[in-house]
Amino acid sequence: MSLLDIRGLTTAFQTERGEITAVEDISFSLEEGEILGIVGESGSGKSVTALTVMGLLPSPPARIASGSVRFAGQELVGLSDRQMQRIRGPGIAMIFQEPMTSLNPVFRIGEQIMETIRAHERLSPRALRDRAVRMLEKVGIPSPARRMDDYPHQLSGGQRQRVMIAMALACNPRLLIADEPTTALDVTIQAQILDLLMDLRDEFGMAIMIITHNMGVVAETADRVMVMYAGRVVEQAPVETLFDAPLHPYTRGLLDCVPSLSAEKPRLVAIPGSLPEPSRRPSGCRFRPRCGLAVPACAAAIPPLDPQGPAHHVACIRATAEVPA
Amino acid sequence: MIGVALRRVGSAVPVLLLVSLITFGMMRLIPGDPAAAIAGLSATQREIEQIRADLGLDEPFLMQLLHWYGGLLQGDLGRSILMGKGVVAVTFERLPVTLGLSAYALVLTLIIGLLAGIVAALRQNTAVDQLAMMFAMIGISVPNFFLGLLMIILFSVRLGWLPTGGYIPFTEDPLGWLRSSTMPAISLAMLQAGLLARITRSTMLEVMRQDYIRTARAKGLPARQVVFKHALANALIPITTVVGIIISLLLSGAVVTEALFSIPGIGGLLTQAVLNRDYPLVQGGLLLVTAFLVLVNIGIDMLYAFLDPRVRYE
Repeated sequence: MSLLDIRGLTTAFQTERGEITAVEDISFSLEEGEILGIVGESGSGKSVTALTVMGLLPSPPARIASGSVRFAGQELVGLSDRQMQRIRGPGIAMIFQEPMTSLNPVFRIGEQIMETIRAHERLSPRALRDRAVRMLEKVGIPSPARRMDDYPHQLSGGQRQRVMIAMALACNPRLLIADEPTTALDVTIQAQILDLLMDLRDEFGMAIMIITHNMGVVAETADRVMVMYAGRVVEQAPVETLFDAPLHPYTRGLLDCVPSLSAEKPRLVAIPGSLPEPSRRPSGCRFRPRCGLAVPACAAAIPPLDPQGPAHHVACIRATAEVPA
Repeated sequence: MIGVALRRVGSAVPVLLLVSLITFGMMRLIPGDPAAAIAGLSATQREIEQIRADLGLDEPFLMQLLHWYGGLLQGDLGRSILMGKGVVAVTFERLPVTLGLSAYALVLTLIIGLLAGIVAALRQNTAVDQLAMMFAMIGISVPNFFLGLLMIILFSVRLGWLPTGGYIPFTEDPLGWLRSSTMPAISLAMLQAGLLARITRSTMLEVMRQDYIRTARAKGLPARQVVFKHALANALIPITTVVGIIISLLLSGAVVTEALFSIPGIGGLLTQAVLNRDYPLVQGGLLLVTAFLVLVNIGIDMLYAFLDPRVRYE
């Protein structure tokens, strides 16, 4: 049994112009201790997927139109907020893109970590504080016992993200969702935070779902990659396979956007056009208007996610077509 | 924290100076003569001149001002012409009545305003929200003297539950004070409660959208902790500023309410003083009230620093 198993999930938002689907019919699973990278442009549905799993989307306007989210065998779709509270923290924890604004500015960081533990476990004040200090130590905050009494504004962005990680891991979750955890940070800090996440995975053994638009982050961390485009999964593969033999034209486009020092790729290639608005998605394959390989048949139907080799799935009828020179 | 307090006390001096200058000048600009008022209708011109000289009103404007400031520096606010007693003594006799009423109204404002605002924000765009905001709008729109009159007609005249007016000091009979102050306090509080409810609602809605609220929920905290700890602690910062303004508005609003319910507060005293051209009492009384408000605002600023660590560590 997978730790997280998502089947046919569709999340819709009520808007003034009718209902739009941010995430449509996506299926994937995550094993214990595995790191799954979810890649895509802004608006591709990555964050909505994560927030749906957490049950953190405001409803209304959001609603799960169909599908199932099973976590450790338990169906999460349809749970009350109170039931979800017990899952958030010890089951699934989450860290966010903006460490600057994700911590509450008026409470000490120690208190913010301790209240997380307090919400899920009965500990003596002493044990509570010890655990919080130990968590700060684990995420590499120097002199953690003293920093317990600091307020968020006294910490740098990188330190705040470390505190967020300490808070997320304080209840020893089985799954950590990291939504663009390094996007807002300096490049040098980005690498530190990614290293930290990998180390903590090895130590705590939790699975990680890392959401990013950065192929470099995926290459560095993920075991497996899922590429999303316009609310749908277009390709899924182990990380080596995806980088060695990407099949979906969109995935290839994303990889062409990664700067390389090798001589074969003298210039960066940008994907032409932009992500379609949810209300103006094209018929058939949604990537069709931006795709160099598109043929009339691409407009006929949304291509299904078909297996193309071991653990490699792709949603493209032109997946095996030759790339034009 | 102490730095904040000192800076605020320092900035209070020019405020008090300006207020004293304005009241001093205004009293002498409006027509009317305290000497004539004291002397009565049958007094001769000579008698009036004599009284004017006794009061020092025959001196040039600047000399009068300097004399008054000289007294202030020695802690002497002068004697009330009307009451024949020291200004400080007269003011402190009546000020507690007004402060008691305002404090009662403030408590009502905070309870009603905060509660209605929070509930409306949590139930945004529902019937509860609309009902709360409708009452807030009524509270803001209906003049407090009119509300006071309506309450007197209903609760005193028709139902006979509460006295129509009058005042019972808290120290003599707490329950009597409560009975005599409830209607005045409600009529005084409604406008401010409406104001506070609307501001609390919009502030809470703003705060509930913040990233740290999403974090608090992602940690699995119970909804009530997310709202009353994480959201409210942040919402209280802008709300505190508004409460500071509300306290000033309550004190000035008390003047009308006191007149309506015949409560012997500072409002009635100062009105009498103005009508009788009791220069020292108007000047001194207003200065004391201003000083009190300045003090309240310093307190609010301290509270601000207490609520917001970013201010405290500046």
